[in-house]
Amino acid sequence: MAATDTSHPDYFHKVVDCQWACPAHTDVPEYIRLIAQGRFTDAYLVNRRSNVFPGILGRVCDRPCEPACRRGRVEEKPVAICRLKRVAADHKDEFRDRLPAVPAQKNGKRIACIGAGCASLTVANDLMPLGYEVTIFEQFAVAGGLMRTNIPSFRLPGSVIDEEIAAIVDMGVDLKLGHRIESMRKLLEEGGFDAVFVGSGAPKGKELNLPGRQEGGANIHIGITWLESIAFEHIKTVGENVLIIGVGNTAMDCCRSSLRLGAKSVKVMARKPRQFFKASEWELEDAEAESVEIVINRSPKSFVVEGGKLKGMMFDVMEYEVDARGRITAEHVTAEEFLPADDVILAIGQENAFPWIERDLGIEFDKWEVPKVDPVTHESTRKGVFFGGDAAFGPKNIIWSVEHGHQAAISIHQHCMDKPVAERLPPGVNLQSRKMGMHEWSYNNDYSGIERRLVPHVSLKERFKKIDIEVELGFTAEQAAAEVQRCLNCDVQTVFDAKLCIECDACIDICPVDCLTMTPDGDEADLRTRLKAPAKNITQALYVSAPLKHTGRVMVKDEDVCVHCGLCAERCPTAAWDMQKSWVKWPHAADQPAAAPVAATQEASR
Amino acid sequence: MTYIPKPKIAHPSLPRNELGLTRRDYEGSLSTLCAGCGHDSITAAIIEASWGISLRPENLVKLSGIGCSSKTTAYFVGGAHGFNSVHGRMPSIAMGANAANRDLYYIGISGDGDSLSIGLGQFCHAIRRNLDMLYIIENNGVYGLTKGQFSASADIGTKAKKGEVNQQPPIDPVLLAMNLGAGFVARSFSGDKKQLVPLIQAGLEYPGFALIDVLSPCVTFNDHEGSTKSYQFTREHYEPVVEADFVPFQREISTDYGAGEAVPVMLHDGSRVVLRKLAEDYDPTDAHAAYDYVQQHIAKGEYLTGLLHCRPTTDTEFHALNRTPEQPLNQLPFGKLVPGAKALDKVLARYR
Repeated sequence: MAATDTSHPDYFHKVVDCQWACPAHTDVPEYIRLIAQGRFTDAYLVNRRSNVFPGILGRVCDRPCEPACRRGRVEEKPVAICRLKRVAADHKDEFRDRLPAVPAQKNGKRIACIGAGCASLTVANDLMPLGYEVTIFEQFAVAGGLMRTNIPSFRLPGSVIDEEIAAIVDMGVDLKLGHRIESMRKLLEEGGFDAVFVGSGAPKGKELNLPGRQEGGANIHIGITWLESIAFEHIKTVGENVLIIGVGNTAMDCCRSSLRLGAKSVKVMARKPRQFFKASEWELEDAEAESVEIVINRSPKSFVVEGGKLKGMMFDVMEYEVDARGRITAEHVTAEEFLPADDVILAIGQENAFPWIERDLGIEFDKWEVPKVDPVTHESTRKGVFFGGDAAFGPKNIIWSVEHGHQAAISIHQHCMDKPVAERLPPGVNLQSRKMGMHEWSYNNDYSGIERRLVPHVSLKERFKKIDIEVELGFTAEQAAAEVQRCLNCDVQTVFDAKLCIECDACIDICPVDCLTMTPDGDEADLRTRLKAPAKNITQALYVSAPLKHTGRVMVKDEDVCVHCGLCAERCPTAAWDMQKSWVKWPHAADQPAAAPVAATQEASR
Repeated sequence: MTYIPKPKIAHPSLPRNELGLTRRDYEGSLSTLCAGCGHDSITAAIIEASWGISLRPENLVKLSGIGCSSKTTAYFVGGAHGFNSVHGRMPSIAMGANAANRDLYYIGISGDGDSLSIGLGQFCHAIRRNLDMLYIIENNGVYGLTKGQFSASADIGTKAKKGEVNQQPPIDPVLLAMNLGAGFVARSFSGDKKQLVPLIQAGLEYPGFALIDVLSPCVTFNDHEGSTKSYQFTREHYEPVVEADFVPFQREISTDYGAGEAVPVMLHDGSRVVLRKLAEDYDPTDAHAAYDYVQQHIAKGEYLTGLLHCRPTTDTEFHALNRTPEQPLNQLPFGKLVPGAKALDKVLARYR
């Protein structure tokens, strides 16, 4: 097998599982180490560079990093990455003076962003320091988009959203609140903008057209619209018996909100068994902790209305046949069941909708009325019009929207500098040794065996008193100090130099998790079976060296469960192994070679 | 050495032996030897070997004298018994312990200084008495603990770190042991675990004195150009002539040995050591032939490795020769162990 090409920027990036899984490529181990040192503001800024909203995401991120975390393979539970992000946000000091300076003299390019959600705000965040004039149009009287309207305040307090949005808006963004864009044509023709970014989200909740929907309409609500009305205090009560249809994360927010508006019995109705649920495991746990009942195998059949008043719903009781790979092969209706309800909330998905974009502007839509958007550049079929966030490819989550914003900002910058939008700086990686002395590393390389800490919650008695009591309290100082030590420092890479190796076996003998082997070369499938511990996880790479000097064997490292303790390097007599911090360079608009156009383009634009 | 102990975390799919233990359960405390020391690799091979034959840690006795090599008994099988004796006197302690309890496994770790200089006499008499133990010499040709002077195993012409050339002839423990009639004599290399691990297993099970001389480069004082015991020199000049596999009782001999070239040597409990000759004109069961063959190759500057001589005789083993009781002394009934004044009088009467 060919020696591993570690100069490829993806190789060491993939070893940092959390960073690779994060759509915005947040340097997680780096900020966790900063928290360990009590450098909360620095930790916050490492986060902010990639994910822009650490305080918000530290509470409600979908956390693709955690299922990816190596710690989850070494033992059972991953590092509480998301909760540590909140620690950085909660304890940070003043940081605004450390954000990139916004030039007083603008570059003459004007950008319109539609919708003041996370995608548009990220675009503004990336472009303001480059001298752009950014205008954000927002239909509501407050900024924040779905973060504000759809995530209940007991999970994400308004003050957290306010602070992080203010950091961007105060760069000089022209935020037009209560300004709904009704016509794209008018904006393009009369706005005088050099580029338009559509970050208007996926604001249309899916409908469930069953018998009785019209008649019982007064007590049947669309989940995201209903949450929005709660956020704006238009809805303050709900009936005693509430049924939530659907079992995604929106359903979890709806059921927990219902309890706070006075519901006595809340049931979440799921069509399929638990393994098919869309909601994140931790959101299910939080809901169940509040005595929400999740009923499986119930398919909605009709709304039961008597005398113009909703009485409940009729369900088909389902049974499924599942094959060995966990897929449903057949379904049967075994019975029918009536459940009483005063209110029903539909949380079965949402869509993006663009009634305000005229179809003759050169912005093409596919047969599902979804705009055709380039997945890399985010440009639509009309030059200068870009889509990002849920508006681009349907509902995802905040962290994806942020990355869309970063990528769209690069495109907008290229577009405004008259460069091809597809011409983008590739990602890179830098390595820097962490060796301080004979047995000294500038990171804490010892392995901490402690288990994942649990975040304290407000007691069940207290939390329902008001709708905006934040349930999660965040880690205590002691918990944070313990949890940071669970991070394995996967970004401190084991780097091998075959020329220096004398094949003394020292590294192999000391490796606590048996990830190293010296063996005759072979192809990958063969090598995986011949290692000291068989490398069965094929999603994790084998790091294969060039042939060794003395015997021509190769050094093979299975990256899978390496705990980055550095003992291979500590015990190596010739420093053939070294521990080196990988800095993944994931380019943003400010990194593009076209940056610094402020003075150059000043004349041309006037 | 490392500054932190090996973390208590293991590969999730680490295999378990018949006792339900993993390799990690056979480790000892943190090694304080130089990073890259051959001795640490031998330690790892002992761990692997003990795990492989499902040795009960409490059934192992580790003995050593003084020197870098003698420190290593602390680094494997933390649950075993141990004794760190006076310089060169490990065989006496092994003798006493073995005489008192024949049911345990004895492993003595020594070095070229401990065995071939100060302890040469003790080493010879342990062989003569055919003490049932595995005796490992971690042989690096220098006194590492006192900054790298030549030891008694340094070859003529080998260079010290600062260029001094050795002119005195070496004592070869393999030839010496064969000369004294040892029934199990092997040589190996710390950098070749594939060879070393089965040798250790066979040596532990062999009923009598088993010697393994392991070339173990001193990474600090004897791993330079001009040294005949560096990693590079050893790799270029060592030649495996006999492969040995230890086959525990009840397990079938694997069939991938060509007919005629595999020589099984039966041990007393039904276990076997299967020798596979790599050189046609070599007979490892014939002590005289083996002696000549090894000596000729040493003259040519080649280290022959593998189980160089093995014969199944057990009648000269210490306990057989001295007709000791079957039961270990600590298991004998008190009355039998301490028969009382009358019995003593009877014994004394024989001398009157």
